[in-house]
Amino acid sequence: MFENLSQRLGKVFDRLRGRGALSEGDVDEALREVRLALLEADVALSVVKTFIAGVRLRAIGQEVIKSVTPGQMVVKIVHDHLVETLGSTASEINLRAVPPVPILMVGLQGSGKTTTTAKLALRLTQKDRKKVLMASLDTRRPAAQEQLRVLGEQTGVATLEIVAGQGPVDIAHRAMERGRVEGFDVVLLDTAGRLSIDDELMGEAAAIRDATRPAETLLVVDAMTGQDAVTVATNFNEKIGVTGIVMTRVDGDARGGAALSMRAVTGRPIKLIGLGEKVDALDVFHPDRIAGRILGMGDIVGLVEKAAETVEKEEAEKLARKVQKGEFDLDDMASQLRQLRKMGGLGGVMGMLPGIQKVKAQLDSARVDDRVIKRQEAIIGSMTKAERRDVKLLNANRRRRIAAGSGTSVEDVNRLVKQYMEMARMMKQVSKLGQKGLMRTGIANLFRR
Amino acid sequence: MASWFQRLKTGLARTTTRLVDSIGAALGRKRVDAATLDELEEALIAADLGPSVAAKLVAKLRQRKWDGEVEVDTVKRALADDIAAILAPVAVPFAIDPTRRPHVTLVVGVNGSGKTTTIGKFAERLGREGRKVVIAAGDTFRAAAVAQLEIWASRAGAECIRGADGSDPAALAYQALERAQTIGADALLIDTAGRLHNKADLMAELQKLIRVLRKRDASAPHRILLVLDATTGQNAIQQVEIFKQLVEIDGLILTKLDGSARGGVLVAIAERFALPVVAVGVGESADDLAAFDPKQFADALLGVGT
Ligand SMILES: Nc1nc2c(ncn2[C@@H]2O[C@H](COP(=O)(O)OP(=O)(O)OP(=O)(O)O)[C@@H](O)[C@H]2O)c(=O)[nH]1
Ligand SMILES: Nc1nc2c(ncn2[C@@H]2O[C@H](COP(=O)(O)OP(=O)(O)OP(=O)(O)O)[C@@H](O)[C@H]2O)c(=O)[nH]1
Ligand SMILES: [Mg+2]
Ligand SMILES: [Mg+2]
Repeated sequence: MFENLSQRLGKVFDRLRGRGALSEGDVDEALREVRLALLEADVALSVVKTFIAGVRLRAIGQEVIKSVTPGQMVVKIVHDHLVETLGSTASEINLRAVPPVPILMVGLQGSGKTTTTAKLALRLTQKDRKKVLMASLDTRRPAAQEQLRVLGEQTGVATLEIVAGQGPVDIAHRAMERGRVEGFDVVLLDTAGRLSIDDELMGEAAAIRDATRPAETLLVVDAMTGQDAVTVATNFNEKIGVTGIVMTRVDGDARGGAALSMRAVTGRPIKLIGLGEKVDALDVFHPDRIAGRILGMGDIVGLVEKAAETVEKEEAEKLARKVQKGEFDLDDMASQLRQLRKMGGLGGVMGMLPGIQKVKAQLDSARVDDRVIKRQEAIIGSMTKAERRDVKLLNANRRRRIAAGSGTSVEDVNRLVKQYMEMARMMKQVSKLGQKGLMRTGIANLFRR
Repeated sequence: MASWFQRLKTGLARTTTRLVDSIGAALGRKRVDAATLDELEEALIAADLGPSVAAKLVAKLRQRKWDGEVEVDTVKRALADDIAAILAPVAVPFAIDPTRRPHVTLVVGVNGSGKTTTIGKFAERLGREGRKVVIAAGDTFRAAAVAQLEIWASRAGAECIRGADGSDPAALAYQALERAQTIGADALLIDTAGRLHNKADLMAELQKLIRVLRKRDASAPHRILLVLDATTGQNAIQQVEIFKQLVEIDGLILTKLDGSARGGVLVAIAERFALPVVAVGVGESADDLAAFDPKQFADALLGVGT
């Protein structure tokens, strides 16, 4: 239904690129699109307004109008402004306090506090060589304390014994006491989820804070959060005092406008991001990376990391050599298809490539999806080894056999063979032109049904 | 019933305060001009209706050519009615089909949206209606997910079928269905692990679970419910779209409506997918589940008629 921020900005900036100089009207037109895009990305309305005003101030005037490439200039201004609003540098967890250093985790129900507590504990243990104790102060949600205990077992991090019937403040005292007695460096305090408008529970959290005087109070929020981000961040900050924000579920496809909102209204840095359900899926927040991704400039770093996980290195190198020699065969095509699927389909990886938005739209219109890829894999799977090596062996008879074997039609097989030839030809080009060449020719053609 | 209604009302009333404040400020003037309509549009955006739905709704209002003397409340009323009209067709309360024994409900959604809690609430309610309920602890992944569900099950007096940690959820669901059939249960509620819709492998796992269930009962599951968190912004549309595409979603549940988020994205979802909204979550206790009432939802969204 709606285009994403990258696409929208892409369109606007394409238009801007087409002109020599920018008028005030042009800038305003562009900013209307930016405004819509940010709203669709769930940036809170009030924050959008301030942001737009800031960009406008910088865009109109000599910086843009007198520059040689106005379009690029606007991209840069929007990008810089985004990075600035998000906070220009990554900021670390503050452990500068007398040990045991208390860290308090707070947030709405289900935002990811308990999981993040375990992730952070693991990180502090492994990376910072700290002795960490985790304690669950959640006496409300069924099995909440048990959840943290299990996570403690999984991570090998110590957890405070569960004592039935004890209230959150008492548990906090007991955790700090054990932390002191047993020489822990850090005590992580996980709390029950609470609504920011629930005065009673917000009061309870404030009492926990007063009892422990945490060095960090981390507000854990879901990357999918909508306009409510402002209310949540403001209330938690005013009533409990937030020192940093952790954004979870960044592995989803939400545009994460909430990051911008919360940062803007609280002035507190986003310190960490959650990238999955597993206990090692935690990373520091890089404002420039996120801003770059928002603007469709591609999270190159993220792409490389993700690819490294899934693509067997050897296979990749082998492929590169083959492509260079012009020996790309159907087995290689099958392994490419497999990798595409492993990386979470076309959406996952493609979304991270720079300039991919147009290609992605093409792909969508070509209706490429996992099913198509699977069908193609099945066709290749029904070929003999010799056939996969040498496509020229595929006469009409063989094609009929393959179609029957893979539960497809001869037309499907023909189409795949055609795609393969096209792909092989383009692979050759790519090896000459580099990645950009592939982009220009259009990836969509490779996978059209 | 009365208590759900009461809770929904107080929940929604809290939900609404801020929106009402902003609309009140917008429309305090008693006259409807372009500026007030613009501000109304912004208030809708701030309630997560999304910029395009908000613009469309206000464009419709604008077309009515209000003369300068119209009371502000009249305009709000009209807007609330428009929203309620969009939502009315999707308000279809959850009910189990007694000709299916057991009636099988599969509950799915992204992480932390409220699946397990909602199952607990449903079990409680069905139990109170005198039905025999079996619950399948299909989340074999998350730490203590089973323990959490077992507590809900014992509160509701339902039998909970569990497997080993990390075991195959499809096999467990099958086993639970077998058990429910054996004891002649009225309803089987299957909990699943939270999964983001963009994770192809996890979505495939869900498809497999359904395939395996159908080996035991070709008509199962009779309902697949997607649980959405009212705090979620425009990404909820994506969630519905992809879940619906990969597993046939029959209905939606919107949780956490007792918070400060208003769940306005539901309006966009209703327009676009026309999926029934079978219940809303208005708290963390067993009875904090209510039928979705479009008029009340829309009224509360705009702070009129309450
Ligand atoms: N995909 C993904 N899932 C996450 C992430 N962080 C947490 N989760 C999942 O989100 C769900 C809720 O996480 P919890 O840690 O239980 O959330 P919580 O805030 O402690 O919840 P309450 O204590 O009930 O308020 C679980 O299914 C987690 O596995 C993340 O970064 N990515
Ligand atoms: N305030 C409020 N909290 C809710 C509501 N529904 C669920 N919760 C809370 O949200 C948190 C997450 O709920 P769960 O039922 O564990 O969510 P889930 O979808 O099963 O989570 P995963 O299995 O980890 O994906 C818990 O703290 C619940 O108590 C609701 O309607 N209102
Ligand atoms: Mg928790
Ligand atoms: Mg659950």
